[in-house]
Amino acid sequence: MKSLALFIVLLFGGLLIYCTLDFPLWGDPQAPASMHVSPRYIEHVMQETSVPNIVTAVLADYRGYDTMFETIVIFAAGVACLFLLRVFRRTESETQLYRHVPTGITLRIVKGAEPPRESREFERIDLMWVPYDLIIKTSARLIVPFSQIFALYVIAHGHHSPGGGFQGGVILGASIILFAISHNLRSSFSRISEKHAVLLCGLGVFIYAGTGALSIFLGSNYLDYGALSQIFGVDPVTARSHGILMVEIGVGICVMAVMVHLYYNLASAGRHDEGL
Amino acid sequence: MNELVSMIMSKLNYWVYIALMMVGLYAIIAKKNLVKKIIGMNILQTAVILFFISLGAKQKATIPIIMHGHTAEDHAIRAADYINPLPHVLMLTAIVVAVATLGVALALVIKVFQKYQTLEEDEILAQLEDE
Repeated sequence: MKSLALFIVLLFGGLLIYCTLDFPLWGDPQAPASMHVSPRYIEHVMQETSVPNIVTAVLADYRGYDTMFETIVIFAAGVACLFLLRVFRRTESETQLYRHVPTGITLRIVKGAEPPRESREFERIDLMWVPYDLIIKTSARLIVPFSQIFALYVIAHGHHSPGGGFQGGVILGASIILFAISHNLRSSFSRISEKHAVLLCGLGVFIYAGTGALSIFLGSNYLDYGALSQIFGVDPVTARSHGILMVEIGVGICVMAVMVHLYYNLASAGRHDEGL
Repeated sequence: MNELVSMIMSKLNYWVYIALMMVGLYAIIAKKNLVKKIIGMNILQTAVILFFISLGAKQKATIPIIMHGHTAEDHAIRAADYINPLPHVLMLTAIVVAVATLGVALALVIKVFQKYQTLEEDEILAQLEDE
């Protein structure tokens, strides 16, 4: 098996290397890939969309359909993970464990007995509870807000600098995942619950598709943001730039929620207990 | 001799990506462990992404963001000054979709482990034959 795999891989790699002899030289401005549609994008992007970042303009305007269905693919991945892993009918265990945080004493509450009231002093734990590390918790508490502000900056400033909905959404999701890793899943559920995460997945796709539908209602084609000029009261070219921002916000929300939701399900194998 | 060196230097990046791709493909075919297969799949994806990005490069050009944004009307925008934005667009979405599909793959792996208590392919096949 191993020698067969090695043979296939070497044959495949050899064929590909043989093909590279016909490739254009690296960095050649006359390469076929740079000859057809890309000069048009570069030369007309400012007068057509007034967005200096060509990548953002092509992503959300020229190739708006492509990006919309990429967003739907991400949404579908989040939903697929939910259906694969989530344990809906969980049998409530006989006893529940609560830890008194200041003293470190664990209470075992028998089924039917009254659990301690919701307060900062008690937290629900599982049998496989691991102590927190103070250094990790404190440094995560410092990092999380700044990375969230940076993520919002990346989304909002995607028109003028490298960035956009996908990148900003991933950073935003990573900050929440960092919080969930450094604390535990239950404390991150209290910040952004499973219901919120799933709803935000759908909301992101809805904002994207809704922006497209709005263009139809204003008498233009689907995802033709020039029609939004009637709402924003600007010329159609600037309205395209605003439409791109709306779409990027939708993408950012969807990506953030899917990342968080994937982590919730993967870290606890769908049980949504204390997690990693 | 000089020609040969310049030919090698201008194709070297493609060969590195092909080597990376071969590593990923070998892991997908030969490794028994499912998680290792997924890692191989991701290495292969990375090779494809790097390949596309490197197709967009142009010599003496800068990143695809129009310089001096809204005040640039007075001087013309030349396509040769900016690298090709299209591979960047395609790979930007591909990276995030790769992460999402990785999540689904890991979810499937968790399901397989819950059912068979192992991630080794041959052990799973042996259990399937016993049934």
